[in-house]
Formats: sequence, structure tokens, C-alpha cells
Amino acid sequence: MAKLFIDGVAHEVNEGENLLHSVLSQQLDLPYFCWHPSLGSIGACRQCAVISYANEEDTRGRLMMACMTSVTDGMRISLKAPLAENFRTTVIEWLMENHPHDCPVCEEGGECHLQDMTVMTGHSFRRYQGPKRTWQNQDLGPFIGHEMNRCITCYRCVRFYDDYAGGTDLAALGSRDRMFFGRFEDGTLESEFAGNLVEVCPTGVFTDKPFAQSYTRKWDLQTAPSVCTHCSVGCNVFPAERYGEFRRITNRYHVEINGYFLCDRGRFGTHFVNHVKRIKHAGIKESDNIFEFGDPDRAIEQAASLVDDHTIGIGSPRASFENNFALRELVGKENFCIGVNDQELEILNAIIKVLQSDEIHTPTLQEVEQADAIFIVGEDISNTAARTALSVRQATRLVSLELAKNAAIPTWQDAGVRDHAQHERNPLFIATPAATRLDDIAKDTFSGSVNDILDVVYTVSDHITDETTDEQQFAHQVAQALCNAKRPLVITGSGLASVDLIHAATHLCAKLNDTGVKISLLVVPPEVNSIGVALLGGDVSLSSALTRITAGSSAIVMENDLYQRESKATLDKALESSKLVVLDHLEHSTVEHATVVFPATTIVEQSGTMVNYESRAQRSFQVFEAKSEIQPAWKWLNEIATKLAKPLGWNTYEELLDRCAESTYAELLEVAPSADYRIRGALRVPRQTHRYSGRTAMHADVNIHEPKTKVDPDTPLSYSMEGLNPGTQNGATIPYTWSPGWNSNQSVFKFQQEVGGKLVSGDPGLRLITPNGMKLPRESKNALSNDRNDNTLEVIPIHQVFGSGELSNYSWPIQARSPTPCVLFNQADAEKLRLAVGSGAKVAGLTESLEVKVDTRIPAGLIGVPANLFREMGSTLGFDQIDHDPDFVAKSKTSENLIAKG
Amino acid sequence: MTEELLVANLSDEEIAEIESEISHLPDRESAAIDALMIVQRHRGWISDESLQAIARLLDMSAAKLDGIATFYNLIFRRPVGRNVVMICDSVSCYIMKAESLIEKVQEKLGIQMGETTEDDRFTLLPIVCLGACDRAPTMQINEELIGPIEPDQLDEIFARFT
Amino acid sequence: MSLQDKQPMVGLVDEQAGPLSISEYERHGGYTAALQALSQKTPIEVIELVKEAGLRGRGGAGFPTGLKWSFAQGEPATPGYKYMVCNGDEMEPGTFKDRYLIEFNPHLLIEGMILGSFAIQAEKAYVFLRGEYFDAYSALDEAIKEAKAKNYLGKGIFGTDVNLDLRIHSSGGRYICGEETALLNALEGKRAQPRSKPPFPPASGAWGRPTIVNNVETFCNVPGILRNGAQWYKDLGLTEDAGTKLYGISGRVNKPGLWELPMGTPIREIVDEHAGGMQNGFKLRGILPGGASTDFLVEEHFDLPMDYATIQNAGSRMGTGTMILMDDSICPVDLSRNLQHFFAQESCGFCTPCREGLPWVEQLLAKIENGEGEEGDLELLDQNALYIGAPGNTFCLHATGAIEPLQSALKYFREDFEYHIKNKTCPYKKKQVNH
Ligand SMILES: Cc1cc2nc3c(=O)[nH]c(=O)nc-3n(C[C@H](O)[C@H](O)[C@H](O)COP(=O)(O)O)c2cc1C
Ligand code: SF4
Ligand code: FES
Repeated sequence: MAKLFIDGVAHEVNEGENLLHSVLSQQLDLPYFCWHPSLGSIGACRQCAVISYANEEDTRGRLMMACMTSVTDGMRISLKAPLAENFRTTVIEWLMENHPHDCPVCEEGGECHLQDMTVMTGHSFRRYQGPKRTWQNQDLGPFIGHEMNRCITCYRCVRFYDDYAGGTDLAALGSRDRMFFGRFEDGTLESEFAGNLVEVCPTGVFTDKPFAQSYTRKWDLQTAPSVCTHCSVGCNVFPAERYGEFRRITNRYHVEINGYFLCDRGRFGTHFVNHVKRIKHAGIKESDNIFEFGDPDRAIEQAASLVDDHTIGIGSPRASFENNFALRELVGKENFCIGVNDQELEILNAIIKVLQSDEIHTPTLQEVEQADAIFIVGEDISNTAARTALSVRQATRLVSLELAKNAAIPTWQDAGVRDHAQHERNPLFIATPAATRLDDIAKDTFSGSVNDILDVVYTVSDHITDETTDEQQFAHQVAQALCNAKRPLVITGSGLASVDLIHAATHLCAKLNDTGVKISLLVVPPEVNSIGVALLGGDVSLSSALTRITAGSSAIVMENDLYQRESKATLDKALESSKLVVLDHLEHSTVEHATVVFPATTIVEQSGTMVNYESRAQRSFQVFEAKSEIQPAWKWLNEIATKLAKPLGWNTYEELLDRCAESTYAELLEVAPSADYRIRGALRVPRQTHRYSGRTAMHADVNIHEPKTKVDPDTPLSYSMEGLNPGTQNGATIPYTWSPGWNSNQSVFKFQQEVGGKLVSGDPGLRLITPNGMKLPRESKNALSNDRNDNTLEVIPIHQVFGSGELSNYSWPIQARSPTPCVLFNQADAEKLRLAVGSGAKVAGLTESLEVKVDTRIPAGLIGVPANLFREMGSTLGFDQIDHDPDFVAKSKTSENLIAKG
Repeated sequence: MTEELLVANLSDEEIAEIESEISHLPDRESAAIDALMIVQRHRGWISDESLQAIARLLDMSAAKLDGIATFYNLIFRRPVGRNVVMICDSVSCYIMKAESLIEKVQEKLGIQMGETTEDDRFTLLPIVCLGACDRAPTMQINEELIGPIEPDQLDEIFARFT
Repeated sequence: MSLQDKQPMVGLVDEQAGPLSISEYERHGGYTAALQALSQKTPIEVIELVKEAGLRGRGGAGFPTGLKWSFAQGEPATPGYKYMVCNGDEMEPGTFKDRYLIEFNPHLLIEGMILGSFAIQAEKAYVFLRGEYFDAYSALDEAIKEAKAKNYLGKGIFGTDVNLDLRIHSSGGRYICGEETALLNALEGKRAQPRSKPPFPPASGAWGRPTIVNNVETFCNVPGILRNGAQWYKDLGLTEDAGTKLYGISGRVNKPGLWELPMGTPIREIVDEHAGGMQNGFKLRGILPGGASTDFLVEEHFDLPMDYATIQNAGSRMGTGTMILMDDSICPVDLSRNLQHFFAQESCGFCTPCREGLPWVEQLLAKIENGEGEEGDLELLDQNALYIGAPGNTFCLHATGAIEPLQSALKYFREDFEYHIKNKTCPYKKKQVNH
């Protein structure tokens, strides 16, 4: 700790931190642009100038950049000294020379850091008389808009995109006052983290392109704290609504999970909410796939008539904990299936064992960033849990911080740290069937089938020092790196659909643990609430559920397209003449078999709890009321039960939650405050900003009568601007960040205890699983056969961050960004099959042909297929089952850029 | 275009020269400026295709390499004529009437600064102080430094460059 | 004393004969200093000698060379770990001394670099050479080949166990490459943006390793010091500062050029005796003493000796010691515009005041020069100069250097600026027609 005098007032701050960080951490206002809490300082914009005094007698002081100055004990500075203030105003005046006056039509307007800083410094009068510089913009693909004229050359975009996220196709071009930030040529930004540019750019150069199509000012958006529904990481997000439509997602800071950044599946994947295939009404199937809509009561009656004591309830890993609970309540645990296939169930149970053991810790993403040696087993995390990959990337930079410290370079001095460390990185080893987007920073990679990877993992755990084969050399390196590390980490997951991999990784960690290595293990489950629904549990497996359905049992399928879980052939047969009640958001293959269908709310239209990979339960609050008859599944289920004269005992979400907590996890009540929570004893938390316009008149074109403000019985949030969002309330209830003078997302520091630290009243979420001392199994390897048959190819599921997410695949920006579904071959196999890269391959069992790709790493004898088609195939394919398709046309390409590797 | 085709845009000689630079450096990317200068020496300028080929050879992205290419004054990203005339417009030459020299040259060649003559014979560019202020006003044509220049010598000077 | 002992850098040069060959160089004792030092002295002894001699960097800032070297001393972690770099970028307008040294006496530079590299125990050295310097490149390239052939460069040089690999890096061309940390980025093949300090290059420089950057002329002073000793070197200077200096003059003088003279030679003497005085009809009005990025000196300063402290006290900097003479036919406003055009154009674009402030300054100057100046414009210039120019306000010293001539022009030639604004015309335009 150090004492820092700011304009004569003493503050306790951390010694050695940069001064800007310290000033902001004291909740004081100091303008800045190029600095970013996660990106550190480079001192380019010169906006954060303060006066620093040598001692108490010094009255003149010296101007210096706060972000480039280390705090020392007893330091004296002034933010208010006229020289500092005038200099800061002049810096804005310089920046505004060329900045267009297009705020009224700029997507950033109203949440623009440049606007905020301009107002804050008081620059308001134009003295520069020259012409403004102009640029031609680039088409950067479906996600990101580009308006270079607005650029103020803070370098944040390239520092995030290249330095932080490892992108290679965005660069700083030109020099002097002709600086351009863009690509080598027009084309889609490749990185799956490109969307963060929208928030990283302090003005409107990089904007959310899909949002721009149905644009609303930040202050007119209704938002609530929510959780991303597109993978198991559970990033915190702010979904936003206007006029009953979902509009966009922005990052909701969580220090232990997503920090300041999301992946693009999370940011652009939620437009499925507005999809034309949304089910809007309850319907009853009349004849061949024709549903009769318009009479929900009759639908409930019809559904009730199908339900009896043997009705199967099939829940879903993408439905909330409460919805799954509601269904389980309705059908009984003995008839409840959690909605995943048997293979996946086994995997989830294996993951839960890991979470329960206190031998091995499951890290938060914040902890992942501290891991000094990482071994990735089988999982392509860039595609299955993308945000995790961003954290892994940061972890490999730890050594550069060490080197910097030894050279007396402050760790926040970003450019200095990077220049000094050059290419030094912490060890990262990746064993996967095919290339991954982390290969560029891996010390070594290993490519092989699931069995090959298992072999490697067991070799690592046996510490075999024999180094005759490549595999042994790789394993030896991994073992050494993990044993020599202070905070080693193993990452694996469900991506290859192999429980053996999880057992092997567990075994490896347990063995290392025995030798005193404190190792962490992160296992990536498939979906947002996989762990939640697995914890809830049901007695029926999916295969036996389908058997019973075939045998005549009726079933309720909730928020689940079973076609994503079993092969089409199996399901077509099982559901052929089934009695099916389906509750979901979108029309999909399972809906086609429904007898009765109910429109269920999506994550943004209901409140509920999701349990992430760490078993962290997080509350997602309803952002807005769904249109027409759409309501939460738990409501429909209760109405069906009521019709059966067996009401489930809840009318509000609160009541449901109470019941759920009572019979499952009491902690669920502590995850977020209940509906009666009030700020300062009296005020709700507003979903709307205090400048929200048209609240009483926005529907005047439909009805001039002022609608009554909806009262929210379910949560402590209000559907209005009434209430208070002071930032000191419970962290789970922050609906948006805003603070006087800080309209942009940069305002988040006003909600933090310290810049980049915890939220003032704690980080949302609670782990449901407390390690219970259970010992992990040390199973040695089953006898594996690695023999490959010369005539067959082993089928490997390949995940795509854009293209393998069930719901995000209904989101139009994601569709625009998804590659044509493809098969991956080793060069030799492709040649053997006479398949040229880019041509089409007909694969037995699939209706549509796939694009042929050659992967740099996939070994001969393996074939990678899209994960969502994996189940349509056996575990092997004969060469004779693959054919050239002369009529194949690939989806028009999002331009491929030249990237360095992989 | 595939990687191989891209790199095939470079001649064996260019590749050999670039590889020789790389062999003295800690990593391939460090040869970026050398590589650009080498290819420019062979072709006069750096086209998009050349740039992509060099990037591939150096194992770096085209965007990053273009960031480097567009930073430096002596790397031309647009075609130039057979002879590049660079006239110093910095202070010492300015004092020695560089501005009227520039006017004369523009008149003579019939082009403005930054332009190339129709017959591709000359490209005219401004340059900062050539480090020959005792010979002001100066210019450099290709690799030859010329100065001090009297306007009536221009015909004779240009005649030497075809 | 031989000519070479009075003018250790250029005494042997015969411009007509071209670069001094290795045999000529050796015939006059060349490379004996290196041979002696490498076989008889420790690196620390070399550093101490250079310190004692009082050699200050000739690249512009005048930092004591021996002291700088000592920052990178210490044990080399691994062979070839440190770098010695010669700054031969020379793009400061008005400066033409490094080109001369390399073109005519390349072995002197090589010997200086051998000594410097030995002193800091670097096994790899670079000459960062301006891309336009083709003749200097050939001369140096040839000289390196000659030195290699004699085993003065390479492995086990001079029969000792010392190694030195010396290479030339041709610059892609940017003034900012001369700034030593920007130079390091350029050497690494990157965009030449300056780096923040700390870390200073001796702690972390090229490719993250300890690196020393010195100017061409600085290195050229070293062999003499090793050969003749510190006292000899100190005695060469006329004032506090030691050694000789390459002084240059450009502008309307009779014999513009470059001379190696004792440090502290009076300005008047250089102008009148060596440069042959002003051309007929031209009167000296102001001097930029050490290149375009130094403050103007005026009449009252013309008798001062050219050394670091004196020029600093006069409110300017010795800089590169190559003087630009502004005569009375030159409009100070337009000259300032020309200077600011250079600095705005050569800004690397990294920090705001320089990137956005200098073009504004250039625009204001053009406006005033064109007779469109308005009341308030001078205040705008003052304000910009104040906020751009203070060291520390910008990321590197490029912008600080840019403002030095402007600030002093606004001070010494303010009536000229005011006249332009008041009369909406440039009074020099007419005059110029006559010449
Ligand atoms: C904008 C700028 C340009 C510079 N250009 C040069 C240059 O061309 N040559 C040079 O030797 N030093 C130049 N310097 C000074 C160098 O940064 C550095 O101080 C010098 O090379 C150190 O050498 P010395 O100690 O031998 O003087 C420049 C400095 C700045 C700020
Ligand atoms: S002052 Fe700033 S913009 Fe100017 S050259 Fe230095 S770092 Fe670049
Ligand atoms: S925030 Fe400090 S210089 Fe940009």
C-alpha cells in the first residue's frame, strides 16, 4: 500500500500500480483513451495528463501521463491544476480536428467514450479551420461496421485484436496523421473475438453491424443482467431490447469469468430470439404437420389429456435449472430424462465427479489466466468454449510478466513488456485430432485419434522417460512442463464425445496430485446448463426414454431438439407415431412430431438459473416480456398440471424458485436477491436508464392510452426507469453500467472495488458443488487398440464456433459468418479419394454434401465431420462410402485472409 | 490462391536473398523490411501480390506486413517509373531555392510531385533532407545523388536517365 | 602533431580518392587501437578510458558515451546476447556529417565499433544506415569485406577469442528511425514507433536484449582516444568539452561544407573562416546550430564557442553541430512552415500532440504566410508550441525537437509574424524575385 495525495487529499492505493489505474480506482474522473484495464498502458493518446509534484514545497510540478507513471508512496499529484486541465482540453481539441461531427447518426452516440471525454475536458469550441481527413471504409464482414473517419488513433483495436486476442488480419497501417486501422483488403475479420472491437474502440469506428440494422440508442434500450446461453462458460451479458425485440448483447463484467470480453458467438448469437421460426402460439396438430393455432386453452386441455403417470419428461441442458425442475416435478424423477444422449450423460457424470473431488481444483477463467503450464487434451476450446481460449492465450504470457519484473519494467507497461519478452511464452501443449486456433502459441502439438490422445495422456501420467517415438517425446515434454509449473492446468472436454478422455485427464491429474503437483482441471461440458441439468438428474436415459416412447408412452419435450442428440434414423423411428408435447422457442425437427406445441420464452424473456462448467449457478434476469402467447415453460407446465388438477404449487417465478431451492439446492436463493430486494430499502433496480425516451408514449401509434407500467412480480427489477442503479447493490442485479459523465461501457469501473477487480458488492454466482472429499479414481488405461484399418476412416466430430451452436445457428449474423459444413482430411487421404480442396464430398448417411478441406494436422486415417452430423455416422467410414459430388456448390466464402499459421 | 502459388510469385533469386537475411536474424518476421527492400530492388515497387508472397514467406500476415510497408517512405506500394527522381524539400535546400527547382522539374517533366510520366520514364517524389546540404539544392535520381543543381543543368541531367 | 592527430576523423581523407582503403588506413596506424585493446585491455578499462576522455554522444543529445556503455557492461548472459548498434540514419535536416564519415573513412567507424562492442561484450553489431545512402553503403560494405578478410571482423578477431559479426541494415526511410528506440523497432523489422523508456536500450533493446546505440561520429572518436589517450583527447577541445567535432554549414555562404575542428570553435570563426563568409548581398540573420530541431541563435550569439554547455545556455542545443544559416532573404514564417512540414510529415503517428498538433501548426503557418493570418493565430501557435513542445508531453522527443525552432522563431522573429498578419502579405516574396 502507498499513500497518494491527489489534489491534497490522501488516498490509500497499491504501490507500483500505474497512476491512472489508481486514480480511477479511487472513483475519481480522469480522461483517457489508449489505456484499457486489460490491455495496460502504452502512453499514446496523452489524454491522462496530471501534474506531479516533487515534494510538499514544489508548487509548479511537472506534467506527466498518469498511465505511464508508477505510484510511489507519498506521491503528490493534481488532477485539477490548470496546466493539466488545459493540456487535457488541448489533447481533445487535437483529436477533434479530424473527428467528424456525425454524432447524431453515429451508432456510438450516447455511449461514446470520446463524447464523454470531450464533455469532461470542456472542449466545446472549434478553432481548427482545416479540412477533415476522410477515408474509404472496409467491409469487415457480417459482424463489424467500419467508419474510419471517426478514428482517434488510440491503437486500442490492434492492441486488443492482435496483441491480446492473437488475431493477425487487423493492422495499423500508414503513419503520421494518416493512420488507418483495417485489413489488408476488404473481408471478414477472422478472429472469433472481433466483436469486442465494438466495446474496445472508444468511439464509433468499429460498431455492431447487426445492431445497426435495428438501431436504438443505449439510453433507449431496456436491459437486464443475463448469462450467455451459447456455451458452458457462462459469460455475463447484457441483452438489450426495444419495442419487444431483442437488439444486441454487450459484455457484463465478471472478474472471474469473462472480464471485459466475450466471444462472437455470445455477442452475435442471440438474434435467434427474433427468428421467423419463433413459435408464437400454442398449437395442436390437426393433420400432417398442420398445426391449429389460436386456442391456448384447448392446447392445454389437449396436452393434459396426453399426460399420465408414465409420461416421460425430457428436459434440456439449454433450459434453465428451474424449467428442468418444473418438468421433473410434473412427471416425477422416475420419468424424467435430462435430455442428453447416453454417451453425454456418462460424460456429464464424469465431470461432476471431478467437480466433487477436492483433490483437483476446477479453475475460474481468471485462474486459467494464471496457469503457468497448460495441457489441452482433445478439446478444441476455441470452438467449444471460445472465451476459455482467450484466457489460455493470456496465461501463456505470464513468463513475459516475470521477465519484465526482472528487468524493472512495470507489468502494466504493455509495449515494454512485449518488446522485452519477444516470443517467450509459457508452455502450452495441445493434443487434438486436428489443427486449432491456439496452435500458434503452443510449444508443441500432437495430432491423433481419440485413442492416440489417450495413449499420450497415459504416457504423460506414467512419466515414461523413453523418448523413442514422437508421441513419447511429446508426452515427456508435457510431463516436465506440468511438473515444473507452479500452477499447472489440464483442459479437456466433451467435444470428442469420449468419456475415456475425461477419465484419462482425471487420472493424469490425480497421479500428478499424488506426486505433490497442485494441478487444476477444467472440463468443458457441451452446453450452457449441462451441469445444472445433470445435477438435477433423472432416472431415465434418453435411449430408454425413446424405447418407452416407441412402446407408446407419451412424452413432454422441453426446449430440446432431440435431432441434435440422436441420429435422424433413430428419432424418425421412435417419434413416428408418438404422443408428444413440445415446448420450445423455434420450429425444429422435433416440433414436427409434436401433438401439441407450446411457445416457450428464451433466456432473455424469462428469469432462470444456469449452471456453468464450474457448477457456478448464475441468475439470468428477464429482459423483456415476450410477445403474444409466449411464456416460460414452467408456466405452461403448471397450467397443464393445473388442468390435471395437480397444480405444481407456484404462480410466480419466485414461488417456483423457492420450491426448486427447497428440493434441490438451497444456494439457489443466494445466487441473486429475491423479488422483494430493494435498494436503500425502497427502490427497485431499473431496467431502463433514467433518460429512456417514450416510455409512456412509445406505443402511441397503436394506442394513445398510456399503458400502465408492468409490475415485475418475479424479480427486484422494474420495467421502467424508476429505481436506482447505484453500483453498490448486489452484483447480480446490475442491469447496465452508467455513471454521471460516463455513458459508455467504460463506466464499469464505477461498479468495481478497484479497476479490473471485483464488483463493489461481490461477483455474481455460486458454485453448487462443494468438493466433498471424494477420491478420484486412478484407473489405468483400458487396453486400447490403435490399429487402423487401411480401408476405413475414423470419424471425429469437428466443432465450429460459428456453426455448431444449436441456438446461435438460428441467429442471422452467425449464419452469415458460418463456414460451409465441411469434412476434414489428411492430404494423403484426400488424394487417395481424389477429392480436391473446395470440392464437394458425398458421405454415406448424409443428405447434403460437404466441402472438402485438408487440415494441416489431422493424421491419415481420420476424417473430421461437423459435430452436429457426427451422430448420423458410425464411428468409422469406409473409403468407399465417400464420393465426389460434381454438383456441389460451396456457400459463398467470407474472404479468407492470409494468416500466419494454422 | 494457395500458399505455394503465393510464394511462387517471388523469383528464386529474391527468395534466396531474403532467406539469406533471415539466416542472420532471430526470427523470420524480423526480415520484413529487408525483404520488402529486396523485392522492390528487383521490381521497382511492392504490389499486393508481392506483398502477400513476402508475407507468406516470412510466416506473417499480409495485414501486418502492409502495416510495415506503409510506414516507410522508401517502400513504394504503387508502381513507379523506370527512374525515380527525388527532390529534397527540406530546410537547407529550401533556403537554396529548392521550391523553384521543384517547379522547374515539374514543368520539364510535365508531371506533378507524386506522378509518373506517361512513358513511365520518370516518377517524381519529394524527399526529406538527403544529407547533402552543402550541395543544396539536391536531388537523387535512382541511386545517384546530384547537387548543387542549377536549373539550366536539368536537361543534361535528365538526358542521362532513359 | 600530425594532421591525423589534430583531425583524427577526417585528417587522412582525400575526397578525390574516395573511401580510405584498409591499407591506407592501416598505414597510418589504423586498427592498432583495436588490436591493442582487444589483446591487452579489459572491456572495463576501455570504458573507463572513454569515460575519462569525456567523449559525449554526437547524435544530438550529447550523452556521455563511456557512461552509457557502462550501463550495458556486466557479464553477457550468453555469447552474442548483447547488441552494439551504430545510428547512421542521419535524417535531421541540415545534417550531413555521418554520410561523409562513412563514405570516406569507413574503417574508422568499423574500428570504433569493434572497440565499443568489445567494451560492452557484444558479439553482434549493426550499422543502421539511411536507405538513401547508396554510396555510403558501398563504401561500408566494401570496408566490412576488407576487415573480414583480415579477420578484424568475424570469429576470433585479431587472433583473440573475441567475436564480432557486423552487419548493415538499410533503413526503409523515416526520420523517426533515428530516435534510438524507434530504430530498434525498425531493426527488428517492425514499424518504427518509439518505445517507452524505461526500459532503456542498455537494459532491454533490440530483440529484448541489452543494446547500445551510438552515433556514427561518436564511434569515430573512439579509436583516437584508445590510441592517444584521454588527456590528448581532452586537450583537443578548446573549452570544457573534449575532442574535435565535425562542424558543418549550409545556407548562403561562399563555401558550404564540413570541417573537423576543435570542440568549442567559435561560430563566427566557422562561418567566416571555414565557410568563407556569407555570399555577397546576404546577411546572416539566424542560425539553427545543430540541425532542424534546435532553437534559433541570433546575432547576439554568433561569437559564442560551439560546445554543449555554451549553446545550451544560449537557449539552444549543439545537436549535430551542423548549422543551417538563415539569411535576410528568407522569410522566417515560411522557413518555419517548411520546418513544420517536415516534422508533421515525419511524425510516426503514435501520440496525439505530435500527430495532430504539428499539422495544425503547419496549417497555421501556411495561412499566415499566405496573407490569411488572423488575430489570435499567434496565440494559437504559442499554445500549440507550449503544449506540444514540453519534454514529456509527447511520447518521444520528435515533437519536442519540432517545436524548438518554432518557439525560438516566434520569440526572435515575432515582428515578422505580426507583420504578415497585420498586412496580410509576406514582405519577403517581393525581395526574393530579385535574386
Ligand atoms: C526524432 C529523433 C531523431 C533522431 N535522429 C538521429 C539520427 O538520425 N542519428 C543519430 O545519431 N541520432 C539521432 N537521434 C538521437 C538518438 O536517439 C540517440 O540519442 C543517439 O543515436 C545516441 O547516440 P550518441 O549517444 O552517440 O549521441 C534522434 C533523436 C530523435 C528524438
Ligand atoms: S512525438 Fe509521438 S507521434 Fe511524434 S514521433 Fe514521437 S512518438 Fe511519434
Ligand atoms: S491513457 Fe494515458 S496516454 Fe493514453
